[in-house]
Parts: sequence; C-alpha cells; structure tokens
Amino acid sequence: MTWYDSFLQQLVDGLVLGSFYALVALGYTMVFGVIKLLNFAHGDFYMTGAFAGFGGLSLVSGFLGAGWLGIFVAMLLAMLAVGCLGVVIERVAYHPMLGAPRLSILITALAVSLVLQNAALALTGGQYTAFSTDLGFGGFNLGNLFLSYNQIVLVTIAALLMIALELFVSRTLYGRAMRAVSIDKDMCRMMGINVSAVIAVTFFIGSGLAAAAGTMAGAYYGSIWYFMGFLIGLKAFTAAVIGGIGSITGAMLGGLILGLLESFGTHIPFIGSEWKDVFTFSILILVLVFKPTGLLGKSEVERM
Amino acid sequence: MDKHSPPTNPDAREPDLHEPDLHEPRPRNLLQRLYVAFESPGRRRALHLTILAILIVTPWISSQYTTVILTNALLYVVLCLGLNIVVGYAGLLDLGYAAFFAVGAYTVGILTQQFGVNFWAAIPFALMAAALAGVIIGGPTLRLRSDYLAIVTLGFGEIVRFTARNLEITGGASGLSHIPEPSLFGWHIDSSIDFYYVFVVLAVLAYLASQRLFDSRLGRAWLYVRHDEDAAEAMGINRVATKLAAYVIGAIFGAIGGIFFSVNLGAISPESFSFQQSVLILLAVVLGGMGKIPGVILGAFIVVLGPELLRDFGTLRLLIFAVLLLLIMLFRPSGIWPEKRS
Amino acid sequence: MLLQLKQVSLSFAGNTVLHDVNFGVDAGRIHSLIGPNGAGKTSMFNVITGFYRPQQGVITLDGDAILKRKPHAVTRMGIARTFQNVRLFREMSVLENVMAGQHCRTRSGAIAAILRLPSQRAEERQILETSLECLDFVGLLGHQDRLATNLAYGHQRRVEIARALATEPKLLLLDEPAAGLNSGEKQALIELIRRIRDERGVAVLLIEHDMSLVMNVSERISVLDHGSLITEGDPQAVQNDPRVIEAYLGQDDEELAL
Repeated sequence: MTWYDSFLQQLVDGLVLGSFYALVALGYTMVFGVIKLLNFAHGDFYMTGAFAGFGGLSLVSGFLGAGWLGIFVAMLLAMLAVGCLGVVIERVAYHPMLGAPRLSILITALAVSLVLQNAALALTGGQYTAFSTDLGFGGFNLGNLFLSYNQIVLVTIAALLMIALELFVSRTLYGRAMRAVSIDKDMCRMMGINVSAVIAVTFFIGSGLAAAAGTMAGAYYGSIWYFMGFLIGLKAFTAAVIGGIGSITGAMLGGLILGLLESFGTHIPFIGSEWKDVFTFSILILVLVFKPTGLLGKSEVERM
Repeated sequence: MDKHSPPTNPDAREPDLHEPDLHEPRPRNLLQRLYVAFESPGRRRALHLTILAILIVTPWISSQYTTVILTNALLYVVLCLGLNIVVGYAGLLDLGYAAFFAVGAYTVGILTQQFGVNFWAAIPFALMAAALAGVIIGGPTLRLRSDYLAIVTLGFGEIVRFTARNLEITGGASGLSHIPEPSLFGWHIDSSIDFYYVFVVLAVLAYLASQRLFDSRLGRAWLYVRHDEDAAEAMGINRVATKLAAYVIGAIFGAIGGIFFSVNLGAISPESFSFQQSVLILLAVVLGGMGKIPGVILGAFIVVLGPELLRDFGTLRLLIFAVLLLLIMLFRPSGIWPEKRS
Repeated sequence: MLLQLKQVSLSFAGNTVLHDVNFGVDAGRIHSLIGPNGAGKTSMFNVITGFYRPQQGVITLDGDAILKRKPHAVTRMGIARTFQNVRLFREMSVLENVMAGQHCRTRSGAIAAILRLPSQRAEERQILETSLECLDFVGLLGHQDRLATNLAYGHQRRVEIARALATEPKLLLLDEPAAGLNSGEKQALIELIRRIRDERGVAVLLIEHDMSLVMNVSERISVLDHGSLITEGDPQAVQNDPRVIEAYLGQDDEELAL
C-alpha cells in the first residue's frame, strides 16, 4: 500500500469513528444548550442504548433477522427506550437541582452516570456481551481501498439522523423553542413556552441519538460491556467542545474532526495506538484552555 | 446553598411547652451527639483524646484483617481531607484526584525501587512532583467554568493512568513491585501494625493541617472565592492564585497518601489510580459533608468499611454506593454531618 | 490628584458605554458621580476597579498606572468598593466578611498556617483587631458573630462599607450606598461618609441617585450622560447647570426633584 492508500483507509476509519462521536456529542451539546448542564451520564446513555439495542434485536430478530433491517428496528426501539429513560432521569434527578449550586448538579450527574454503569455491571457481571448479528464482512475495493458495506450503512444512518435533527431544530416549532430556551429560559417562560416540555424533548432526542450510536457500535464491533460509555463519553465531550459546546453543527463537525484526528494521530510516529487516548485528552485540555468556545461556539461576554 | 439548608419543620414553629430549650435541642442520635461534642471546645479535647486512644489500642485487640482494613480507612482519611480542600472548600470539582495519589506513589516507587534512593529522601521529590503537576494542570484551567474544570481533571486523571500503563519506567500495565519497605531510626517498618501506626500519624497530621488551614487567612479566602468570586476579587483576593493554592495543597495531600500507600503494599499498578478511585474519594467527601472535616473523616470510614460489611453483595456493592451518592445529592446534599446552627 | 482617568473609552460589542472620559478625584475629598440611569456610572466603577478593561485611556492612582491590573491588584493599590446590590458573603459571619478586607494587607500562606508560626498568629490577631475596629467604626460592634444574611438591609450595607475599609484604601467607591435606606439611615450614612474622610483620611467617590444626599455631602460632583462627562463642579454650580437639567429631563423619577 502506498501512503496515499493508507491515507484513504485512515480517512474511512476516521469517518466511522467520527460518526459515533458526532451522534454522542450532539446529546451533550443539546442538553448543555437548554439547561447548561454537563451531563456526565451521557456516555452511559450510549452504553444503555447498546444494551437496549441488544435486547431489541433479540426481540425482533425472530421475524426480521439480525441483518441491517433487524438492527435498524432494534435501534429505533433502543432510541425510544433510552429516550424515555433520559426524560425520566431529567425529571427525577436534574430537574429538582436546577436552582442548586453548579457543584451539586455536577455531582448529581456523576451519580446518575455511576448508577447506570453499575446497574449494567451488576446485570452483566462485568463480562463482555457478544452482540451477534448476521452482518457479513462484505464490501468492495476502490483501487487499494477496501470499503465494507457495514461502514457505508453506518455512516449513512448517522448522516440521516443528523440531517433529521438539523431539520427538526430549524424547521419545527419545538426545534425553534429549543433554540429559544437555550438563549433565555425566563423570557421563554414569559412568552408562554412550556420550558419543561422543551427540556424533556431535548433529553429525549439527545439520549435517543446516543442510543442509536450505541446500538450501531454494538453491531459494528460485535461486543458490548458496561464500561463502554465511559471513554466515548469523554471523547464525545471533547468533540462537542472542539465544535463549540451548545452548537449542533459544531458537535457534528467536532465529532468528525476528532474521529479523523484519532485515526490519523495513531499513525504519527511516536504516538502509536497505545497513546491514542492520551492524545485525545491532550487535545481536549488544549482546546479548553486556549479556545474554550470551540470552532463554532458563541463567546461569552469577557470580563476581567 | 439554598437547597442545602435542612428543611424547616413546620411543627417547629409551634411553641412546645414540654421542651422550653428550643435553641439546644437534645441530641437524638449518635451523629448529633458527636456533632455537639465536636462543636464545644471543652468536649472536643476529650473527644480527640478518646478517638486517639481507640486508634492506638485497636490493633492490639482486633485481628490483623481489621488492622489492614483500618489502615486503608486511615489512608482514605488523608485522601479525603485533601480532596475536601479542593471540592469542599474551594468548590472546585476535581474528578481526577487519584492522579495525584498516583504521582506520589509512582515517584517514590520509581526512585526507591529503580534508583535505590532512600525512601525518606524520595519523599520531597514526590511532593514536588505532585505540586508541579498541580500547577501545570491547575494553572491554565482554574479560570475555566467549573464543569469544564471537572472534565479537564477527569481527562488529566486518565492521562496519568494511561501514561503509567504505557511507560517502561512505571512498569507498564503490571506496575511496580518489590518496593522496599522504609526504616526510621533503625525501626524497620514492615508489619501491618507498623503501617497502621504510620497511617494513624498521617491521618492525625492531615486532620491538624486541615483544621489549621481552614482557620487561617487562606482558608477563609477559599470560602470567599467559592461564595462570590467578584466580591472576593474586589476585596483584593486573587481568585486564580487562591484556587491554585487549594488545588496544589490538595495534590500534596494526595501525594502523601500515595507515597505511603506504595510502601505499604510494596506494589502499585495503574489500576489503583483509576477514575473509580477518584469517584470513591469524592463520594466519601460528599457523603460526609463537603467542607466539614469531621464529616469527611466519617465519610472516609464509611466508604472503606461499608464494602467490607456489604461483601456478600458482590458487584451490587458498587451499585449501592452509586445509588447512595445519588440519594444524598437529591435529599441531603450537605452530607450526613449536621449543619452548623447560627 | 489621587485618581485620574484620561481619555477612557469603553465599549461592549460596538456599543459605546464610556466615551473619552477625563476625570479625577482629589485626595481627602468626597466626590459624587451622578447621571441618569444607563449613563455608565457603574461601568466607570468597574473600569476603575479593573473589572472591565477599557479599549483606550489611562488610569492612575497616585501616579501609578492601574489600567492593566486585575481587580485584586487594584484593591491592593488602595481602591476599595461596594456593590450596587449588596454582595456580602451571605453564609459567613459578619466578622468573617469584614476579615476578607484584610486579606490583601496580610501575607501568611499555607505553611505558616499549618505550623502556626508566631508571625502567622500575630497576623491573625492583627486581622481580627483591624476588622473589629472597622465594624466599630460603622457602628456594628456586637453583631460580628451573626450571619451576614440575617442582618437588616441597612446594616448589611454598613458591613459592606466596613469590609471595604478593612482593605485600608486611599479611595473608597460607594455604588448607591443610600438605595433602600430610610431617611434616618440616610442621615447616618452622611455622617459615616464624612467620618470616613475626616477620621480615616480616605477619599470617597460615590454614585448616588438621592440628590439631597449628594448635594449635602459632596464637595465636588461630576455628571455623566450617555457615557460622556457633561459637567463638573461644586454642588451649587452643578445644580444650576442647564446641561444637567437637560440630561435629566424625561426622567420622571425622584431625580428631577433636585
């Protein structure tokens, strides 16, 4: 393989990875937009989504098979289930804390994350669960570049979900309300917007997208476990920050950039795959320190 | 902290003829008795002496297993008091506190085991390494929003762990073993009782240092900055320097814990310094009551002794802890130690 | 001239808040800054104390430049302030609040505190004594152990002044100190402001909407309108200046009752 072929291969890998990051990053950024909360539990929605998708697939595989059709339906079920879970968690855990000091809300979010993680640990005994599907390893060659069908389907579904979200936010009443709430909650209340409902819808969509990513990741990589949400949660947050937290387009962009950076970064001499995560977190810290508003974020009024 | 004041009991408004002394309600449970004793200067001294006596006597009347568990609890007292300075006093959410614990442990482990440096001579290097790490990570990030800071510290914790796992000098994933035990004036510290007493001394020192810090100009500055950054700045308090001081002092407490942890076990591995470790320390601080020293100490004991009592529950143990943390945040965010009455 | 502003301009996102302001406060004087709502008075305080950074201009205190400094450094140089909405450390005691002011005049660090060095203990005593003296000065000795939030509003304002005085300033900035006070309290405030100048030698710059208080206590008045200084002089002159009356026209609150 020439360097050019390997470049293309990294590009494809980066796009796949980036799609996962982008889907999860969207939830971070949307929730942050409406209630200014850094939802530590978001990575665990991804994990829960993977398990829900696993459960969904075993329900439907009998008559739909465990190919992409079955997985797609299972994914929709997982999105629904985890979306509802997100709404319930917001109601029970975050809503009562909205007036409390930020430190308390953050620790609450952390607690929610730990509850989800350890519930999954207790249920699975910490073992990997095989996410068996009928997906083959088929694909085709473009020159020296191998594209698997799975990669293509996966990136397509991710892209469709993101387009749907973009349309929802820009074209529908709820989408506009969501943007309004992220700007000024009190004003929205005065204008008669049901802020609680908007927050609920935001959590539903954000958690649902994470679940979609979780199901697809399970199907793509073939196994799931209770701790799978931790790293991706951190990385998706990094993606959201790179793109500019609060910005939906930014989250998509940030996810892709991070996916590509990781994919290429691991091939830079001296970095290597074992340093991949260190590389990602260093990017996170550097972005937060030097450009906390990210690429597309709005800057806050500067004081002092 | 509006939510944090205990809910007012509507019945309390009714004049109670049977108990005229409304200002000094009779302590109802052990915790409140402890609280009352701790808050009155005369009884506090007696309480201190009693606890110290119990700590000294315990290993002679209990099993070796108990001694080892208690040693671990005392290690947690040191770590929790350190994190309490960062989270409880300065109000900075640090989710990578185990990193400083790791820096202390690895510095001493590497210096003594690979370079043959005397344990006591290695300590200053470990402390400096932790302080340096605190400055490097805290310096640029302490001006960030508090939730960004939490994520940065989490990322930093993971960077330290991954680094320890990937480097050769840290022994990779299996870590370092055969870290030599220290001696002090001919006393070879090696039995579990020896280490127990070392940790008693450390915990007492951490307690004294915490008390004295909180009772000082710097301790008050942490509170000012946490309550109102602008007002604190207007009073001539450098908020970044003040937060950095908390962060670095917390780092040093963590490193001290790590230093003695490494020689106590004789072996360390990256997994001793995971995110879960950081969370467990945080849980103890929140459980006991952020910013409340006796509460935090109690929290440390609960977090270490609790799992021993719950041993039969297996993996459910961690779930129980997680639910506990959530319940505390929702219903009693000020922790189990009683609130100060004004 | 104790405090001097030269050609200070400040704007936020293209909106001019202060325009080419030249302004000064003499040592040992009581100086008022008045103007209609939104004229930029509090912004000017924030510029002087380092909370806002103006796009251009020079600010000096006793000849030393203060412009590029952070708020805490400005306070250390000798400018203390109160806030328009009282900003005490609500859940701390009155005494602890006032002790905050002494922070910038003391230096003991963590090691001195942990070891309880003699110098640290002497410093703690000094902090305590100075703070109690400041509380006594504003007439609140005896309230030191109460929680700041539990005090009456007028007393909270006094605690804020005591806290500012504890920084041992050369210049004290008071942002609407009479807001929310009754007439008896306002009279006492006038006394207090005079005593701050006479007994402590501290110059006072105040923003205030209560014109009778301003006219009563000030030796010099500057009028700000739409971010520009329109006139300056003694109370008599300012009161009769047609530009001032014009600036206030259309403002139908008590400010008209000059």
